Amino acid sequence: MIDALLTNYEETVAVILFVIGLGTLLFQRNLIRKIIGMNIMDTGCFLFLAGMGYIEGRRAPIITDGTTDPAAFINPVPAGLVLTGIVVSVSVTAVMLALTVRLYRRYHTLDLDEIYSVSKHRLEDR
Amino acid sequence: MPFLWNFPLFTILLSLFSGVLCMLLPWRAAKWFTVTLECLLIGLASSVLWYTASTGTAFTYPMGEFPAPWGNEIRAGSLEALMALGFLAVLLCSVLGGWTFLRTDVDESKLHLYFGLVNLLTAALMALVWTNDVFTGYVFLEIMTLASCGLLIARENGRSALAAMRYMIMNLLGSGLFLLGVVLLYNLTGHLLMVPMRESIASMIAENGERPLTFALTILTIGLGLKSGLFPFYFWMPDTYGSATPTSASILSSLVSKSYIFLLFKIYCRAIGPEVLSLLPLPRILLVLGVLGMVFGSVAAIRSGSLNRVVAYSSAAQIGYIYMGIGLGGPMGYAAAMFQILSHTVTKSLLFLTTPQLASVSGDSLLLENLQGSGRRAKAAGLFFTLGALSMVGIPFLAGFPAKLFFASAAAEGTMTEMWIVLPALAVSTVLNAVYYIGAVIRIYTAGPGGAGLRAREIYASEHGVQPVLPPKPDASRHYFRLSAAVLTVCNLVLGLAPWAILRLLEQGLSTFS
Repeated sequence: MIDALLTNYEETVAVILFVIGLGTLLFQRNLIRKIIGMNIMDTGCFLFLAGMGYIEGRRAPIITDGTTDPAAFINPVPAGLVLTGIVVSVSVTAVMLALTVRLYRRYHTLDLDEIYSVSKHRLEDR
Repeated sequence: MPFLWNFPLFTILLSLFSGVLCMLLPWRAAKWFTVTLECLLIGLASSVLWYTASTGTAFTYPMGEFPAPWGNEIRAGSLEALMALGFLAVLLCSVLGGWTFLRTDVDESKLHLYFGLVNLLTAALMALVWTNDVFTGYVFLEIMTLASCGLLIARENGRSALAAMRYMIMNLLGSGLFLLGVVLLYNLTGHLLMVPMRESIASMIAENGERPLTFALTILTIGLGLKSGLFPFYFWMPDTYGSATPTSASILSSLVSKSYIFLLFKIYCRAIGPEVLSLLPLPRILLVLGVLGMVFGSVAAIRSGSLNRVVAYSSAAQIGYIYMGIGLGGPMGYAAAMFQILSHTVTKSLLFLTTPQLASVSGDSLLLENLQGSGRRAKAAGLFFTLGALSMVGIPFLAGFPAKLFFASAAAEGTMTEMWIVLPALAVSTVLNAVYYIGAVIRIYTAGPGGAGLRAREIYASEHGVQPVLPPKPDASRHYFRLSAAVLTVCNLVLGLAPWAILRLLEQGLSTFS
């Protein structure tokens, strides 16, 4: 068990990161921290993909010196997925930050519980 | 390759480009452009449905002509085409039916952006229906989430921003889990396309057992369950749907959550396969969660005092039905679940479009006691609400009845335990549905004080020294509402009066699906 975790240390770290991010997103009350948590969570996924797709001693599949042996190259798909995922994650972060700005302008706090209790007492918000 | 094979791709691409285009047009142009586009897309989806139903086949369209394990694919069969058609029709009706409120809720300078978002959401919806690739599913899932967040905050008050924040947090948790699930599946199988993934899963199960697959699939299911409102993750629904403008509420409740469920169903059937799925504990868990959702969603609806919360909580119950069908499995269980998706889509959008109409003649209050007599004040809205509510309860000749009937016959085909869980649950849930929906219908037709909320608003306005906001004057947009509500009712009646024809179509689609 421990051996398996140590051999696949990249995946292990990735899952730990994912859980840290998930916990931050769920349990932090501060909106900025929640957004950071979300980013950590996504980073965990990307590390998992990148770690899985990399084989030591092999190169990206671009033929430069005439070698066409597939054993010399890595699979480019995981890297492609990571790039796509990063784009998605950046746009989601932007939207979340914009929402946070809007909430902050209205309630002057970043604490989600506080915002919730304030909005309960505001008639025009009902 | 017939030219028609391109149509599914066209529905995605056209709506993607129109999404960008609408953001540049003035709002009137954007509105008519969107309506025309939706009609065109409905035409495309109908022709795909006609083609697949008449030939009895399904086709796989390789994107860029790259063959199977490398390229990206779109797949269209009767099931997908029927879903696409239903979703598009409901989308069009939602946009037109909520137009009165859209005009007042959304600032005129931002209306064109709203239509842009509607088109982006359409693109995501179509992609989730047609795609054959799990990672494409993830990308469009996120586009769907972002677009629906935009639709939520279009109504600019503090509550909608707060509701959007909570909605986004739930959805991001869901997306994160879904992404991890997809990554794990890719790690296990080496494929993202559903068909090669399934072959590789079959050989993996034979070698290593099903434990790694169970783990990946559980994470993925929790992710999509969070996003679609599976029990116990339904608590974000009432705030989200209650604070949004009616068009957004209707789109979010009837289309967005269903598309997530359809993606999950697709992964179950096409990437995992029903045979492998039956080895895992997941279907049984989904069955139990679905049943719990049916009961607890209804109980929450009974306890809530405002009509939009009642309608929102009943979504949780109805989504429980769908998960119960997926959990039951077998051709009949799956067909019942798919029928329920269609039936709930047309009914829930009708309810979400009519409730604000009832509220607008009751001083914009959605509290049940203020809605007393509103069905007499707004006759058309009252009639449509009653039809929708009766369909939800499961009165024969309306869409809700055959759905329940199909669930019951699916349970009768299953094991004894399944029958003992499902049949009583159906009975209890129907009674609970009747309690709050028939109660609401009686309430809106009881002779009432004539809009108590109007007085409440006047008192509030005088206490706070502000001008009372008057309800919008009836104008041409009233006809939009009547037209789209009538179309939704006709869809409802078609599902209710010709359920066997729809069932045959679904069964035909399902036979080529998995």
